[in-house]
Amino acid sequence: MASDAEELASGIRVVMNATDVSGLRRLTGGASRETWRFNADGQDFVLQRVRKGTPGGLRTEPAVLAAAHRGGVPVPELVVDGSHRDELDRPFMIVRAVQGETIARKILRDDEFSAARQALPAQLGKAAAALHRISASEVEGLVNEDQIDRYKQVLDDLGEPHPVFEVAFRWLEMNRPTSTRQCIVHGDFRLGNMMVNEQGLSAVLDWELSHIGDPMEDLGWLCVRAWRFGGAHPVAGLGTYEALFDAYEAESGVRPDAHIVRWWETLGTLKWGIMCITQASAHLSGMARSHELAAIGRRVCENEYDLLELLTLENS
Amino acid sequence: MTAPHDRPSAVELLEAVREWMEKDLMSGIEPRLQFHTRVAMNVLDIVSREIAMGADQLQSHDELLASFGVKSDAELSQQIRNGDHDASLLEVLGRLRPVIEDKVRVANPKYLR
Repeated sequence: MASDAEELASGIRVVMNATDVSGLRRLTGGASRETWRFNADGQDFVLQRVRKGTPGGLRTEPAVLAAAHRGGVPVPELVVDGSHRDELDRPFMIVRAVQGETIARKILRDDEFSAARQALPAQLGKAAAALHRISASEVEGLVNEDQIDRYKQVLDDLGEPHPVFEVAFRWLEMNRPTSTRQCIVHGDFRLGNMMVNEQGLSAVLDWELSHIGDPMEDLGWLCVRAWRFGGAHPVAGLGTYEALFDAYEAESGVRPDAHIVRWWETLGTLKWGIMCITQASAHLSGMARSHELAAIGRRVCENEYDLLELLTLENS
Repeated sequence: MTAPHDRPSAVELLEAVREWMEKDLMSGIEPRLQFHTRVAMNVLDIVSREIAMGADQLQSHDELLASFGVKSDAELSQQIRNGDHDASLLEVLGRLRPVIEDKVRVANPKYLR
């Protein structure tokens, strides 16, 4: 394993054109990515590399990151796009390291983030608006699929029917927003994927789920109760819809329609409920035995409960 | 309640393990394992609550399904997907609510508003 890291370090020296690469260490990453941190000639960087045996490469992520940066969204600066390069054995990208915290519970509770908590709802609205202003044609190859069809398929493949989820699917189909704008959406725009420092948002991270869709998808997902992490307020647990919408409107000139955002929040709640089944099934199938994943199976009903509340509210 | 088994009951056994985790194990381990231990304690709590409430909840669930003329969640789900309840989705939700609240009462009672 040590020689793996040495080999990686020498590969990084080549692609960074650096004389000195030090402090290379692996961070916890996602299911399909490895994340490494290192220092090159005195500056800190983060390497993301496709996990061994994972098909599909980095797809559009580096291109989206670059487009977001050009559009004024706070993101880590892309330094090397290695999505089609082979010096590091597998597709990769290198970004400049951003200082801050991503753990939602700390951001929501620790004293050092009290000013950040005040600032975040508006900063998130502004960042989303800046992203949604970017022309969809700036990045090629982004998928545009119907989320209802997709998640119905995911649920059916899992083979665990839930009547509340079916009511939600019906309601979402019958109340689908009309004439929506299509643009680049982040696809996982929530606390946990935001780098936050004492002043608030420093970078929007984790762009691997970005796609073409309705911009209100990002705002709705941000407000799903699971992503409030126990916080009392709808926007990332710490702000009001009004604060989010005001900032979005100030940046884009477009005021979000509360009902459309709520439609996406409802779909987001349904999606997270289905994802909880997926996570538990990774344990149950033996793919990844873990009591943590097993426990997530008992969070499915939190989403059923939230759907009851959302649907009752929207129709009362 | 526990016959033919001896004391401790199933719930009492879970409590014993949980107390050991909380009072002894937690203090001697690194933060990452503390997190996983907290998850494990939470799982034991879920099982305790399910043992305490499960029988009554099973009956409520059976009664709910019977009121729709079905034998399983799968059958009811299919009815809803077929559009059989389109004219009364809200009413269906109202009828499902007690069973969903039962599930949350076992899984994470603090979640209920």
